[in-house]
Amino acid sequence: MALDGISKRFSSGTQALAGVDLRIAGGEFVSLLGPSGCGKSTLLRIIAGLVEANSGSRAVAIGRGLGRIAFVFQDPTLMPWATVLDNVLLPFRLSRRLQRQARERADASLRAVGLAGFERAYPRQLSGGMRMRVSIARALVTDPELLLLDEPFAALDEITRLALNDDLLRLWRERRPTVVFVTHSVFESVYLSTRIAVMTARPGRIFADLPVDLPQPRSAALRTAPAYAALCETVSDTLARAMAAAAP
Amino acid sequence: MIRQRILRLAAPFAVAVVFLAAWEAGVRLTGVQPYVLPGPVLIAKAAWTEGPSLIGSLLVTLRITAAALAAAVVFGGLIALLFSLSRIVEISLFPYAVILQVTPIVSIAPLIIIWVKEPFLALLVCAWIVAFFPIVANTTLGLNSADRNLADLFRLYGASRWQTLRYLRIPTALPYFLAGLRISGGLALIGAVVAEFVASTGGAETGLASRILEASRQLQIAKMFVALFLLSLAGIAIYRCLDLLSYFLLRDWHESAAADRDE
Repeated sequence: MALDGISKRFSSGTQALAGVDLRIAGGEFVSLLGPSGCGKSTLLRIIAGLVEANSGSRAVAIGRGLGRIAFVFQDPTLMPWATVLDNVLLPFRLSRRLQRQARERADASLRAVGLAGFERAYPRQLSGGMRMRVSIARALVTDPELLLLDEPFAALDEITRLALNDDLLRLWRERRPTVVFVTHSVFESVYLSTRIAVMTARPGRIFADLPVDLPQPRSAALRTAPAYAALCETVSDTLARAMAAAAP
Repeated sequence: MIRQRILRLAAPFAVAVVFLAAWEAGVRLTGVQPYVLPGPVLIAKAAWTEGPSLIGSLLVTLRITAAALAAAVVFGGLIALLFSLSRIVEISLFPYAVILQVTPIVSIAPLIIIWVKEPFLALLVCAWIVAFFPIVANTTLGLNSADRNLADLFRLYGASRWQTLRYLRIPTALPYFLAGLRISGGLALIGAVVAEFVASTGGAETGLASRILEASRQLQIAKMFVALFLLSLAGIAIYRCLDLLSYFLLRDWHESAAADRDE
């Protein structure tokens, strides 16, 4: 996937992105890290093709077919009137492929996020963390090549967030989609990614591109490792410099 | 908990008993004439003798109300769909829907009664004009209230316009529509009664409003009270029915129905 010189100005006149270059290879887990309002969500929407850039080119090399790109929003974004199962089946319903195979994949997807047995529940009956799991199950049900996540755990409590981080890592290991993960948490980005793109605020551009050379597979033990702490500090410093660079 | 519930029923009931007793005592002590203000006992007697024929008239009024409400649902829903599908149609037509709504029905009714010869149809049109606006306004709002991120998701999965309407916008609009329907139910009854007052149709098929007028001309005040009582009962019944319908349609997923259950 390649972005070249992507710029975006909103109709309100705000310059959200100015000349973003980003290349992501298949199977990478890249975090877009930056302060609030640095245009990282806009960048993610441009990658998804939901927003048109004003200039620059976007090339996403993925196969044709249903749900090659999946998107997870900050809110679970479920249909409250539909059961968990119907929510997960949505991509198939919209492509009129509601066969038995779809049902099997929905079941597998729900099992993968630990929600087997909740098929008939409505979103309202679930906790915030469980709703987010449904949202992830819906994204995974089409087995996407490119998984885009927009601060998916920002609204959750710390304990749930850590558990979902581990779940996300496990799912990525098992299925190996390319992941672009938007976050404003240094710790989360270091723990999850293979690479971190640090962004400046307004107008957003990529300030630094840091590889994360931590061993795979990762687990909770990593959180106390010295290498992890050192890397968090480096990323933290870079983020501080990125914010200073953007300040007038 | 249970004491609360008993209190909830007993307190209004006690108020009614005290009020009726004071009313009866007042009427007897002051010796006011029954053609000015009859006591509750006299009204109860009137209910016994006139009740059956008044209920017959109520059914006539309710038929008009139901037909008008059904028409409001069908045409109100269709108009809302049209509005939501095309912004330009909404902008051009919405002001006229508002004009129709804010013009008092009593002032339009004489015109409609002149234009529409068939009395039942004329009354139906009057009641429909009063009832359709809340459904149009609410449903239009609901159809345009779909979650932006969900709409993006539908786009990402290549949903057609029809699929977005069917699986996203119509379910989103359902609670709004039902809220409008509950308002329209009461308004349809009011519209039917007002139109009958204006038309004051005679003959065999007389609605409750004409019976009230007729009783007032003959100074049968007790009968008027019975008719009024029946009308408010009908209004309450309509509201409760639509409320139940709304509850059953939304109980699985909507917060409004959830609050009811937890109470």
